[in-house]
Amino acid sequence: MLNPAIPPRFSPLHRLQWEEAQQKHVILYPEGMVELNPSAAEILLLCDGVRTVDDIVAALEEKFAVSGLTDDVIEFLEIAFANRWIEQVGDQ
Amino acid sequence: MPTAGSNKLETSKPRWLLAELTYRCPLQCPYCANPPDYARYKDELSTDDWLRVFREARALGSVQLGLSGGEPLVRDDLPILVAEARKLGYYTNLITSGYGLTEEKIAALKAAGLDHIQISIQSPDKRINDWLAGTESYAHKKEVARLIKKHGYPMVLCVVIHRQNIHQMREILEMAIELGADYLELANTQYLGWAFLNRDQLLPSREQFGEAEAIAQEYKAKLAGKMKIYYVVPDYYEDRPKACMNGWGTTFLTVAPDGVALPCHEARALPGLDCPNVRDFSVKEIWEDSPAFNRFRGFDWMAEPCRSCPEKAKDFGGCRCQAYLMTGDMTAADPVCSLSPKRHLVDEAIRSAGRCSSGEQPLIFRNSRNSKAIMAGTAPETSLP
Repeated sequence: MLNPAIPPRFSPLHRLQWEEAQQKHVILYPEGMVELNPSAAEILLLCDGVRTVDDIVAALEEKFAVSGLTDDVIEFLEIAFANRWIEQVGDQ
Repeated sequence: MPTAGSNKLETSKPRWLLAELTYRCPLQCPYCANPPDYARYKDELSTDDWLRVFREARALGSVQLGLSGGEPLVRDDLPILVAEARKLGYYTNLITSGYGLTEEKIAALKAAGLDHIQISIQSPDKRINDWLAGTESYAHKKEVARLIKKHGYPMVLCVVIHRQNIHQMREILEMAIELGADYLELANTQYLGWAFLNRDQLLPSREQFGEAEAIAQEYKAKLAGKMKIYYVVPDYYEDRPKACMNGWGTTFLTVAPDGVALPCHEARALPGLDCPNVRDFSVKEIWEDSPAFNRFRGFDWMAEPCRSCPEKAKDFGGCRCQAYLMTGDMTAADPVCSLSPKRHLVDEAIRSAGRCSSGEQPLIFRNSRNSKAIMAGTAPETSLP
């Protein structure tokens, strides 16, 4: 489970990159690739190990001039965590 | 170059490029996927040829790059190839036996931008490992696995499963845990290439598969979130064929050591396919226009029972190479399918392997001597455990 107190960071065992041929961000890892929709990519690009979950939500709400993104962001981060795309250093 | 007709389907992109850098290998695994007559092909592509292939495939949309062989470490230009591939934006996968890999090379490849290393171990038992590999390599492979972790790579451990090690499934999984594998590929042998020659000696029974799979599933649940386990199913015991290569010419592009471009790394076995060479054509021409890559695209090539089958879009009629090796007809349904009129050939192979399992049977090892014997039509050497 995601611990909201620890800033998530994108996993060093995966790679997040923009694919020109597909016009989208992808996650690359051994033997696989996940194509991301734009909102998923925006969230993951903010997972730098410094920003907390609250910071990520605030940054997105500011960037897109909307509010109430908390639940959607946490829901996606849980998926990302379960897939090991993000990690939380110090989390047991 | 001749094209395969004007009513071409919209072709997808070759997301995966498998670069078989060489057929040379210090190991002699009797289930090797290289062609049995590999000794025929000696003229390896140059460094510049490979760099051009990488650039052209990347421009076409390739993103996953497998560096394989043979043993890719025997190519001295490996760090140059890795560095350029990384610069082009590939996710670079080194698929190796680990034989000859030193800490110095692991660090140099990391600096060049290599993303991940997949290492194969034949068995958690030293004696069986060294016998199957045809060389004393067990202790070295385990040390290399530790060094891969130490240098921050994701580590994929690959174990090919067959009758000589399937009873060790629990030990294999414990070994993967001990070595800290991030991914474990439990690859049931696909009976093509050298494995087809040794099928009687390698194919486990249905009961053995059942027991091994139950153990693999138990660990998969237990290790969820820690280690990702890929379990490659044994298609001989399935009712439907695998969706081979995700469909011919849709996703995968293999380039063999001599530059021959293949829609699947086994496709050299198919007669008359006339696969194009990257020395003669651009990757784009090969992917989009060559008769070989268009040969089994779409559904028009299919015969019955595939042609009218509601599942044809799911499995694409299965594996073309398996259909050819077992039925002599590369347009036939994959004979593992229970709807295939040739399914009895698979059942006979299972029975034949069952008869062989009672005694110790010699294996044909994959080496140049045996490859030349196979080319000449003479008997290859065999070896007992």
